[in-house]
Amino acid sequence: MDWYPLWNSLRIAAISCVLVFFSGIALAYYVARLPRVLKGLLDVVLTLPLVLPPTVCGWLLLLVFGLKHPVGIFLNDVGIRFVMTWYGGVLASAVVAFPLMYRTARGAFESFDETLAWSGKTLGLSDTFIFWHIRMPYCKQGIIAGTVLAFARALGEYGATSMLIGYIPKNTATISTTVYQLWRTNDEYSAFIWVLVNIAISAVVLLTVNLFEKRSRERRRLA
Amino acid sequence: MIDIDVHKDWGSFTLDVKLHHESGILGLLGASGCGKSKTLQCIAGIEKPDAGKVVVGARTLFDSGRHINVPVPQRRVGYLFQHYALFPNMTVEDNIRCGVRSASSKADARRQVRSMMERLNLTGLEKQKPAELSGGQQQRVALARILVNEPDILLLDEPFSALDSYLKEKVMTELKDLLRQFPKDVVLVTHSRDEAYQLCQSIAVLDDGRVSACAPTKELFADPQSRVAAVLTGCKNIVAARKAGPTAVFIPSWQITLQTGRPVGDDLCAIGIRGHAFCGGDGENARPIVVTEEIEQPFEWIVKFRYAHQEGGTPDIWWRFAKPDRPAVLPDCLTVDGQAILLLYR
Repeated sequence: MDWYPLWNSLRIAAISCVLVFFSGIALAYYVARLPRVLKGLLDVVLTLPLVLPPTVCGWLLLLVFGLKHPVGIFLNDVGIRFVMTWYGGVLASAVVAFPLMYRTARGAFESFDETLAWSGKTLGLSDTFIFWHIRMPYCKQGIIAGTVLAFARALGEYGATSMLIGYIPKNTATISTTVYQLWRTNDEYSAFIWVLVNIAISAVVLLTVNLFEKRSRERRRLA
Repeated sequence: MIDIDVHKDWGSFTLDVKLHHESGILGLLGASGCGKSKTLQCIAGIEKPDAGKVVVGARTLFDSGRHINVPVPQRRVGYLFQHYALFPNMTVEDNIRCGVRSASSKADARRQVRSMMERLNLTGLEKQKPAELSGGQQQRVALARILVNEPDILLLDEPFSALDSYLKEKVMTELKDLLRQFPKDVVLVTHSRDEAYQLCQSIAVLDDGRVSACAPTKELFADPQSRVAAVLTGCKNIVAARKAGPTAVFIPSWQITLQTGRPVGDDLCAIGIRGHAFCGGDGENARPIVVTEEIEQPFEWIVKFRYAHQEGGTPDIWWRFAKPDRPAVLPDCLTVDGQAILLLYR
């Protein structure tokens, strides 16, 4: 049994999850305080990957980063190639998972009690301190939930990934592309093992989310 | 010294507040939505006025003409929010430590926190989270956090509204003692005449975004001058009236003329009589009445009555007195001391 797809999937999901964590929080924080029209517009653009078929995302990514297009050609010249590489998988998963982080973080930021920030300001606290020591802890539950969901989504990404990085054994193969490949080649037994692995990981992720939700409910009840 | 002259237009609501206050505790008294909290927010810099200026002590915090707008963190205002705005994720100790403005070392900051906690009677609660405290304790933590911040002015936004009524009296006395030791100016926003009366040296009455009266507390209660101020100082019986002589007023809807015992201005538009001002018996203002309703309260009676020839459809008049003062038979004639009739001109 070749476990490379598991390692590759985890690596892709973990890295894209970190990227999405910071970009999602940063954008959620700034979009939440934009004027309404701009906010609505950006919201649509940033949430689009959630509702678009992943293959459409993949196609759009190829349009930008494909080796026949200017950006892709330029990046290829400087040694960065997103097509048919494992880190291309990071890009694809990050794009698809981003809206989950962004939306949950934004929801959390919007529920934040702004008088806490104002009270921090009247005490002379800096915006950075208020963000990391007051706003983030207050929104912790939502942000953790968003991160877990984004990780799960990145781990299960198939459509955009398969279009951008294809399936190269021991190179770009992920769990989801491997399952498809094994099914196509009639290797029912191996496909079944990968399905079990996938179900196990997803179950752990969902249990974690539930645990956090329950804890936040209890905390709210206490408050 | 506080000097405020702020103007801001929200479309549906316009704030236009001019205030000057020399020293001590200034109360902003008004119904909800009259702009009293917004005024506080303008002082603190949370709201930016369209035009005007805000001067606290010797410092100009905002002046649209001179393009001065001191950022909130540098304003040195101690803002006590309505629900105290304690940081829920931090312990009491950490909350107060956030307020330490200047400390030479970590040990010094800890010392400041500890002595402030002692001063506000919070010792022993160091490791508690705000949600575990009672309302009164939460308020003391918020005050400790503010006082350790060495503010130039204290802004108190409805400090008792989040408390149960039985706690309120106790907390109010504590706050009164604390404020007595605070050497700088205090602005207290409230809708309660009792709080304003007990705590403030002067009161500004706000109505629909404007200051409709501003006077030392006792003067304002004795002679509110305007209908709004009369209502907010708790006067129950306010009725349109006009001058009927040098020291007499005629009240059309009650169909009586009352002697005021002091000169009446030509532009009088209404009078107010507090529920406690009525009494039975003879006197130049004694007039026959009909009792319509009696309401028993824990410590007093409220008797509603009408004058004998009062116009139909006009509201009943309130008379209140302490329970032991209740006569065996309610009188059929009530009088009122002319000095107790509030003469209202707006």
